[in-house]
This record gives sequence, structure tokens and C-alpha cells, in this order.
Amino acid sequence: MGKRVAMEVSIAIAEAVKLARAEVIAAYPITPQTHIVEHLSELVANGELDAEYVTVESEHSAISCCLGSVATGARTFTSTSSQGLALMHEILFIASALRLPVVMVVANRALSAPISIWNDHSDIMAQRDIGWIQTFAENGQEAVDLVLHAFRVAEDRNVMFPMIVNIDGFTLSHVIEPIVLPDQEDVDAFLPPFRPKYKLDPRKPISIGAVGVPEIYFEAKKAQDEAFKNSRRVILRAWKDFATRFGREYHPVETYRMEDAEVGLLIMGSLAETAMTAVDKMREEGKKVGLIRLRLWRPFPTKEFRKAVSGLPVLAVIDRALTPGASGGPVGTEVRSVLYHCARRPRVVNFVAGLGGRDVTVEDFEEMADRAFFYKKKRPKEAYELIGVRES
Amino acid sequence: MIEVRLHGRGGQGAVTSAELLAISAINQGRYAQAFPSFGPERRGAPVMAFVRVSDQVIRTREKVYHPDIVVVLDPSLPTIVDVVKGLKENGWVILNSHKDEKTLREVLKGYVGNLAVVDATKIAMEVLGLPITNTTMLGALLKATGLVELNYLEEALEHRFGRLAEKNKAAMKRAMEETKVYQ
Repeated sequence: MGKRVAMEVSIAIAEAVKLARAEVIAAYPITPQTHIVEHLSELVANGELDAEYVTVESEHSAISCCLGSVATGARTFTSTSSQGLALMHEILFIASALRLPVVMVVANRALSAPISIWNDHSDIMAQRDIGWIQTFAENGQEAVDLVLHAFRVAEDRNVMFPMIVNIDGFTLSHVIEPIVLPDQEDVDAFLPPFRPKYKLDPRKPISIGAVGVPEIYFEAKKAQDEAFKNSRRVILRAWKDFATRFGREYHPVETYRMEDAEVGLLIMGSLAETAMTAVDKMREEGKKVGLIRLRLWRPFPTKEFRKAVSGLPVLAVIDRALTPGASGGPVGTEVRSVLYHCARRPRVVNFVAGLGGRDVTVEDFEEMADRAFFYKKKRPKEAYELIGVRES
Repeated sequence: MIEVRLHGRGGQGAVTSAELLAISAINQGRYAQAFPSFGPERRGAPVMAFVRVSDQVIRTREKVYHPDIVVVLDPSLPTIVDVVKGLKENGWVILNSHKDEKTLREVLKGYVGNLAVVDATKIAMEVLGLPITNTTMLGALLKATGLVELNYLEEALEHRFGRLAEKNKAAMKRAMEETKVYQ
């Protein structure tokens, strides 16, 4: 089932979009997302993917085009990074509020300034509240699988929300690794054609995007909020069905060697693999360390997360973005809030690491775990600590 | 797990070499990773690329700090870059150079470990007509370490270079013959 290939992760993502039979792609190239859209444009130009590839003059136009396209009932894909995502910002809220299920891959990259093309999560963390379902991939295989999952979930009539699959720029996007590309017929069986209940059609005119006067705006937002929370069921069901068909299991929260752990590292994205290596090394030295990875970021998997940390003494949350003046990194503050009402909760220590492409090594993860052990007995003075910054 | 660090100059194909190695290993049924050093891509500037090859799933995303094998595509690099930095004990340094062993060990600040040398620029000029040494240096790497199987590497070259594959294969094979190994 499927074909094992040696492929750059970006190219594999484009192949997944092809397998999903996307009908419209509108995108503007930006490092490190470029290879994804470059390959998609090749696939369309070569006639291998029967889709409309719309070249646009900016990311603002790209996402606007995607909204129009998906409103007519076309399966629609885009991809961006960093400043490009920031430029899309105002339209992203409209996509979710109008229930327009665009699928987007974000190759995560730092925001300027200083200008940086390298990886961290500051671009996506600035888009926390846009109301899109968001997942984070750990490796190339997962990136491919999450793209297929995203189309299935986003377009489900019980969901109808846009979805972002996050992949670490360069650290994942530019790596060649072994990936199993599923067969077309299996993808077709997993992913039915997009059939929205309402769509823009000149023969049956409707209006999308009307004004929300004070008498209706709040109710509309409540409806959106409820629907977003309810998307959880479909997200889980789609992963279950994916496992049955493709043999690869996905959960909102993954744990690694957490049994009897005294310190749990929590991270999102591809650096979790480096963290696993650190966990293995520390376990060999008799240190009880485990790893928790959030695959689903929005809606936040509260239930699964609380279960994963139950009985854990210290949780070390590793953020890949800074939130100046806040009480922690974006993941750190979220996690503290989720745990506040739990009677027995781990002490949360928050680290910020790997900004703007600074490598986070196995040693760095060991250092964070060691510090977390230290904080078992002593409360940390600061809300968060930076790891891997040169002091001289 | 075997870790490789390739040093080259922008335009010499260090990243392509890394990719070809990973593709060959994966097509052999093994696990591998190839990735560039993610810098601004400028022709002529020192660049690095990395490869990991393993029989088990590879679970790390950090750069290669302690390579088993270092491949240097450009003869001028060892004087300006510390190419042996972090090299594991019993590791390999594979150089493109026309110089003798003694001189090269001096350039490498008294490095005494495994060394393989080939005049890849000369071979590339004669066979390809270009001073692009990436595929030639793969021949030296194979001769010294046997990291991947030759037929898989040839297949990867054919896939990547199309009609230029034959010349690249010829350069690679000539390097396999001409590489001098000092252990």
C-alpha cells in the first residue's frame, strides 16, 4: 500500500495536494515555502494535476482568491510563511467566520526584524486566534498525512472551517527523507469530493459575507465558537479512519516514554524528534524524562493533554516564539491556563528556544530537562527562560 | 548511524551530493536524511550540506556536529574552514586536492586520521568540462567508505541528471580508481 520514496518534504506535500485532487491553488512564493508551490505549479503546467493555478501579486491576494474559490465549492489549497502569513492576517479571520474550508500549509519561519528566513514558530503564534484548525507535523510522512487529513476535516459539512498544517521551515521543508506516498485510489476512498451545502452559484444566488449588525454579530460568533469546538469529533474520527485505511495512527497529543516520568518535555513540530533522542539518552542515564507533543493546537486538545500530564511532577514547555511582556511563551501560557483548574497539576516551567533558526540540539534538550529537574524542588524565578542564547 | 558533512562552495553541488547519497540509501531500503545548511545561497561562498544514513528510523533534526565522514569539494576550503571540526575518532576526511599526503596533513593542522584524496577538479574538467566536483567526489567517498551501494548511486545520478548522467557516472567511476587512501 503506497510507495516508499526518497523525497524532499516540500515536494511530498505538493504530491499530497495532487493526491487530494485540489482544484484551485493560489499562492505567492516565499522562502521556505517556495518548493511546495513551485512543484504544484509544475504539476499543473504538466497536466498532472487538473487544477487552476492562480498567480497573484501578494499573499493578501492569494488568500482572498482562495476564499472566493472555496466559496464556489472548489477544493482549494495555498501555502505561505512568515511575512506572507502576516500579510494574510485580516483575511484569515474572514475565512473561518464565513466557514470557508481552505487548506494551507505554513512552512514556519521567524518574523522580521531582524530579517530572518529561518525557522521558528513566531509566524503561526501570531495567528493563534484566527479560528482555523491547526496541526503541527513532526516529519515528512506526517506532513503528507496531515494534508490529506486537513482536506477531509475542513470540508466535512459538520466542520466547514479552514485548516493550517504547520511544518518547520527548512528543518522539515528542505529535508530529503523516506516517505510513503499513498495510492490515488486509497486517497480517493478516504477523501470524498467537496460538496458544500451552500456555495456561490449564479443559478442559485446567495450572499456570503453580509454585515453583522449588533443584533446578530454576537450570535454569529457564538455559533462559530460552538461549531469550532464541535470540530474535535470530526478531527478524531478522520484520524481513526486514516489509521484503518493507511495503517498510521495519529492522536491530538502524543506521548513518548512518559510512564513514571518525573519531567515531561512538551514541544510542537519537528524538533520533537531531536527531543526523543535526548529522552532516550537521559533514560539510559536513569533520568526519568518523557516527551509530550501536541499535534493538534487548535482547537486545543484539553482532555488529551490533561490525561498526558496526569501525575507528572514537572512539565517543561518549550516555546519557539516570544510574546514580549506576556507571562510566558504562547504555548506556556496556554498550558498553564489549561491546568489551572486541575487539583493535581505539574509545576510548569517554560523555555523559549530555537528562535530564527538557532539550532536546538540534543544537548539543549538535556539542559532543559536538567533545569526542570532542578525546579522540582525550587520554584523558577522567571516566567520563562531563554535557551541557547550567546551571552558574550 | 553514519553522519556526513559536505563542504563546498555555492554552485559546486554540495547539496546535490548530499541528496544523491540520501536517495541512494533510501532506495536501498535504509533510512536517510539530507539537508542543506540553510544559509543565503551565494555562488562561491563556503556552504555545507549534511547526510545521515542509518538502518533504523532517524530521530534527530539537529545539524551534524560530529560527522563520521567529511567531504570537501573545493581544494581551497581546508585553509579557510576547519573541516575536521567535530570529526569522530576513526572518521574519514575526503579531500579534493592535487597535493601530497604530507602537505595536506599539515593544512589540516596535523590531522592523523583516515584520509582519502583525489584530484577531483582535474577529473571534472577532463570528463565534464566543468570544475563542478560533486559527483566526482562521490566516487572518492564510495571508494573510501562504501557508504552506499554503487548501483543505487548510479540510478540516483541517472534520475537526477538525465542525459548528463553518463558523464557524471564516468567522472565518479574515474574518481573511484584514482582516489588515494591513507589509513
